[in-house]
Amino acid sequence: MTDASAVMGQMDKPRRKPWPAELNALIGLVVIMAIFEIVGWSLVGQSFLMNKLRLSIMITQVAVVGILAVGVTQVIISGGIDLSGGSIIGASAMIAMSFAQVGTNPRAIFAAQGLVDLPILFPILVGLSVALIGGLINGALIAYVKLPPFIATLGMMVSARGVALWYTKGQPISFPTNEFMALGDGLMPVWIFIGVAALFSLIMKYTVYGKHTYAIGSNEASARMSGINVERHLMLVYVIAALLAGLAGLVLTARAQTAQPVFGTMNELDAIAMAVIGGVSLSGGRGSILGTALGMLIFGVIFSGFIFLSVDAYYQNMVKGAIIVGAVALDQWRQKRQAMEA
Amino acid sequence: MSDIILKTEGLTKHYGGVHALESVDFELRTGEHVAIMGDNGAGKSTFVRQITGVEQRTRGRIVFQGEDVNFKGPLDAREAGIETVFQNLALADDLDVPSNLFLGREKILVKLGPFSILDFKGMRAATDAALKRTAVKIPNLGNAIRNMSGGQRQCVAIARTATFASKLIIMDEPTAALGVQETRQVENIIRQLKANGEPMILISHNMRQVFDLVDRIVVFRRGRIVANLNKSETSGEDVVSYITGAKTGAEYAGAA
Repeated sequence: MTDASAVMGQMDKPRRKPWPAELNALIGLVVIMAIFEIVGWSLVGQSFLMNKLRLSIMITQVAVVGILAVGVTQVIISGGIDLSGGSIIGASAMIAMSFAQVGTNPRAIFAAQGLVDLPILFPILVGLSVALIGGLINGALIAYVKLPPFIATLGMMVSARGVALWYTKGQPISFPTNEFMALGDGLMPVWIFIGVAALFSLIMKYTVYGKHTYAIGSNEASARMSGINVERHLMLVYVIAALLAGLAGLVLTARAQTAQPVFGTMNELDAIAMAVIGGVSLSGGRGSILGTALGMLIFGVIFSGFIFLSVDAYYQNMVKGAIIVGAVALDQWRQKRQAMEA
Repeated sequence: MSDIILKTEGLTKHYGGVHALESVDFELRTGEHVAIMGDNGAGKSTFVRQITGVEQRTRGRIVFQGEDVNFKGPLDAREAGIETVFQNLALADDLDVPSNLFLGREKILVKLGPFSILDFKGMRAATDAALKRTAVKIPNLGNAIRNMSGGQRQCVAIARTATFASKLIIMDEPTAALGVQETRQVENIIRQLKANGEPMILISHNMRQVFDLVDRIVVFRRGRIVANLNKSETSGEDVVSYITGAKTGAEYAGAA
């Protein structure tokens, strides 16, 4: 008996641990930064990185989508996809802002506020509640009605955008209280992103929630057979994704000091792209919040770099599309190679 | 009798109009290893899915340790002490060995509902112990299952049953996809379980393996049991003729 197992031990040589996808993202980030640095010195005559203002603008710009991307990451790890994030940003931003307006503003949505500013907790809770409703509907459609996540969240993407436009018949909402604006002031979005990313990084690594999310994305049937309540878990996954979208909406509208119904348009795709660039596998089960954070930085560096080199803004979307396709192609190739090795 | 660990009476499962299982009466005694044999589609796996709560039976009784049981899901069965190695392994490819062993019943360090913090050390230690008990050697426990060979994966699946104090182990074709060496190791694990006195139901197509490992052979055909044979009183040819339908056990004459 011992002999047989000893033979086994020799026969199955430990395969080398696969190269972590996060490292690819980190290398990519460094290479891209180096390219812009070199091009910067030779074409523009100044450093790309040694510019505090540029870096802080860059990071605050991507941080809002980064908050959304954290939620999207755990959805993708669970084997799903969430297209509704951008629209939920729009809906929660609009509705939250209407409760964050200065009370003395004669054109405030809720004139009945009676010249009093509502406490800041009010717009925050309202914004998150709007997102919560979206998340509950997403989760119920996917976990219990068994709709494919793509379809369920596509529907929510259209409907939530409809809510954002319907709320004021397309009019923007402005004049928030100073208290509310502080949510998006200065580097606040970055701190919020770091807090959210750190929290979910720990959750995904060290808690039952994280373990089950990876398990479901890895093999839903086996997760179910192992006794995981897959329906309830997926419900939670989509609710959390929506809540983070709602939070991103709050931060975005506070930063802009106004709410526009088009807020967040296409952000869901940016968030998915950040995750994929960071090594989160679209087929589920693999990836990390750290990877997504690196993907977010790559995104930020590229677009900040374009502005730095005065590349026409119209080219940015073209490049963005190419990056998304390229990242997915890389993911496919990575999986094929791993399947061949195993 | 008190030494009967599992008993089914009139166990029946219909999928719409398909009668996959038709009033099956089955008994398993303490410490006994029983093989279930039969052609593809004879109802072997369906039988297992009813016992383990993966599916809900149409009719019939299941008595486990003298009590009527009604498992709502596989976790119920598992909590009652029935551990199963499924044909499709039921492993999560992207997780490492301890995570797979404890999937769905993780050891918890700090209880916080769904966000309870995992006890990695405890799970790792229990994994080491379980692998030792089954004499399974896996070089790197921290490696994802994806990066392991078929034999190692199967050993992980079997070690999972041994991790928990189980009262009944069910294996659904545990060596179907394995090479010669790997099959030998899995068979050694099964012998070890027999020596430990743990009762088992083994589903297998491998006649040599069945005669090697079990005490009794139960043959399924078209959703019914057609023979219940003591290993010492039968032969491979005999079993084959029951499987193919050339023969039917006297006590089951009305069945087929």
